[in-house]
Amino acid sequence: MTDSPHQGVGGHRPRAKLRAFLLAGLLLSLLLAGVVSNFASSQPDGLERVSQDGCTVENEEIVGGECIAQAEREHEVGGPLADYGISGIDNSFLSTGLAGVLGVLLTAAVAGGLFWLVRRRDGSPERSGVTGARS
Amino acid sequence: MEHLALHISNGILNTPVWVGFMAVAAIALVICVQRGRRDLDDRLAPMAGLVAAFIFAVQMLNFPVLPGVSGHLLGGTLAALLVGPWLGAVCVSIVLIVQALVFADGGVTALGLNITNMALLGTAAGYLLIAALLRILPRTLTGLAVTSFVASVVSVVVAALGFVVQYALGGTTDVSLGGVAAAMVGVHLAIGVGEGLITAATVVTVARVRPDLVYALRRAPLAPAGQPGSITSVSAGGAA
Repeated sequence: MTDSPHQGVGGHRPRAKLRAFLLAGLLLSLLLAGVVSNFASSQPDGLERVSQDGCTVENEEIVGGECIAQAEREHEVGGPLADYGISGIDNSFLSTGLAGVLGVLLTAAVAGGLFWLVRRRDGSPERSGVTGARS
Repeated sequence: MEHLALHISNGILNTPVWVGFMAVAAIALVICVQRGRRDLDDRLAPMAGLVAAFIFAVQMLNFPVLPGVSGHLLGGTLAALLVGPWLGAVCVSIVLIVQALVFADGGVTALGLNITNMALLGTAAGYLLIAALLRILPRTLTGLAVTSFVASVVSVVVAALGFVVQYALGGTTDVSLGGVAAAMVGVHLAIGVGEGLITAATVVTVARVRPDLVYALRRAPLAPAGQPGSITSVSAGGAA
């Protein structure tokens, strides 16, 4: 199968090298989501913090004042992986790590699958166009 | 960590606004897929899949920015650098959709709002700066790092301003808009610094190993060997 012309920019690299790069990237992502995620800050992020401006928050519960977060409603789906943990697993390291690993694999599968399905198949449209013009 | 919410929840913006932004996001995504397909070959398709998975992973890594406040990568600038603006916006959107549907992070009714801010506005702002800065700055790894950093900071602040606009249009609470705007911009300037460092480190690493896989360098590769900070393999090929 011939590849697109711009591949020439980097010289002809074997397909195996691209596979090695992709695999390394996937492994790094799994490591970050599966292990490093346990060392992430548990403080509210920027948006959540601003949403709580004006309210008094004790133990993650709003006890008074007026703020954006008071209007927040329950998530409509929830599910076993809600809030990046696996319900039923008490060990938080394991729970967060496994949820992260599942998330990376799911995202890679959904995104990779979608992009692969809609990708351009090289040459064929142009070729059939030329043939059509000739006949 | 009982409750980890990274994105806009249900309820804080009224129904006309979330429905409106759902429509905006849906239309924009169709356009992004159509335009992105032009570049999407056998090589870029798996790369875009990897970029989405990587952004999902790094979004889990909240870093401290101020006392009591954390931040996390949004990813729009990173995606624009690696796979271009159109596919980049789709990558970030897929991450947000997976997070909302499977991880209860960001309301499902808030998907249009979150996609508009982080995937559309964030990526567009990042890409405009990338395009401008890569033209002005020296074509070295340092130039690429500075480009990535500055574009990231601006992109995060623009995404935060997206929320401010949405809140002005349909906030359901009675909090002063000026206060929300000032707090959002202030906090997200700090988060943008973190985003900039992560984005620059990631893109420079890919540019060292596989410069041909950095979309932003396709038309104008970095300077060839001989200059300090430049990379050697772009014109010579092979030696990664």
